[in-house]
Amino acid sequence: MESIGAGLVFGLGAIGPGIGLGYLIGKAIEAMARQPEAAGMVRTTMFLGIAFVEALALFGFVLSFIV
Amino acid sequence: MTTLLAAVEYGGRWEVPPVEELFVFEPFALEGSTLFAFNRVALLVLTASIVAIAILWIGLGNPKLVPGKFQAACEAIVEFIREQIAIQVIGADGVRWVPLLLSIFMFVWINNLFEIIPFINFPPTSKIAIPMFLAVMVWVLYIYLGIKAQGAGRYFKESIFPPAAPKALWPLIGPIEFISNFVTRPVTLTVRLFANMMAGHILLTLLFITAHAFLVFGPGLPVGIVGLVASPVMIGFEFVVGLLQAYIFTILAAVYIGASLHPEH
Repeated sequence: MESIGAGLVFGLGAIGPGIGLGYLIGKAIEAMARQPEAAGMVRTTMFLGIAFVEALALFGFVLSFIV
Repeated sequence: MTTLLAAVEYGGRWEVPPVEELFVFEPFALEGSTLFAFNRVALLVLTASIVAIAILWIGLGNPKLVPGKFQAACEAIVEFIREQIAIQVIGADGVRWVPLLLSIFMFVWINNLFEIIPFINFPPTSKIAIPMFLAVMVWVLYIYLGIKAQGAGRYFKESIFPPAAPKALWPLIGPIEFISNFVTRPVTLTVRLFANMMAGHILLTLLFITAHAFLVFGPGLPVGIVGLVASPVMIGFEFVVGLLQAYIFTILAAVYIGASLHPEH
């Protein structure tokens, strides 16, 4: 039961960041394709965004060990 | 870890030990002292520092006018940190912070690389103490820089109550901004690196044990083959993850420093 709970914590916690990462990277690729000269700036900003979004999923991952 | 391997090797019943066993190492020097007890993780961290210093020293200590391959590679790393991180994120005065950012990058990257180097196979960054120490260092630094650049009163007032927000929203925004600027930043910085490396280490261990156990002892040969094929792929993936996490840690440190130095952005 506890393992199922831990699995659920990570699984449910990964849904939101998963959707967010999809949007984020998709939009960044779109921006790079439209304006290749701005690719460097877009890439830096994209990695920043990824870092913030990914943190939420990783909180879920760490919590699944604590629960 | 050893129990698990032993259980597999002797074909015994597969009793999976708690996952914490992957991350616990007994001290092998100065066992009596609680403060200076020296275990494998401490040795690896020390090695990582020495390797980072040695790489940069050998590569850039005696620069030639026509760089060799190694010097060119080291120069590429330094230039990447300077152009892509310091100048782009902090601004023109970011050149001053290149030494710090380069040190953080090299230290974290080499620690992450230990995850996939054969016979070492353990990333010291997956012990929370090391990312936490680096994050606390960045935390103290950016608060200090904010106070120094803007004055204590103005820095805390503007980072808790942003002047761009309407006054009516201040009671709502204040606590959120306080938590996100002074609590969440170091915590996420720590947990991001730590959790990534811990997940990678567990993943690689499980794959290796799967390949070993099913190929050598188990009846499920196809499972073993899947594990064998997936292992090198995941090693490549973990290489990318380690590089990316070092890059993200460095760029976030630069972002926080830049936000303290130039609050208007």
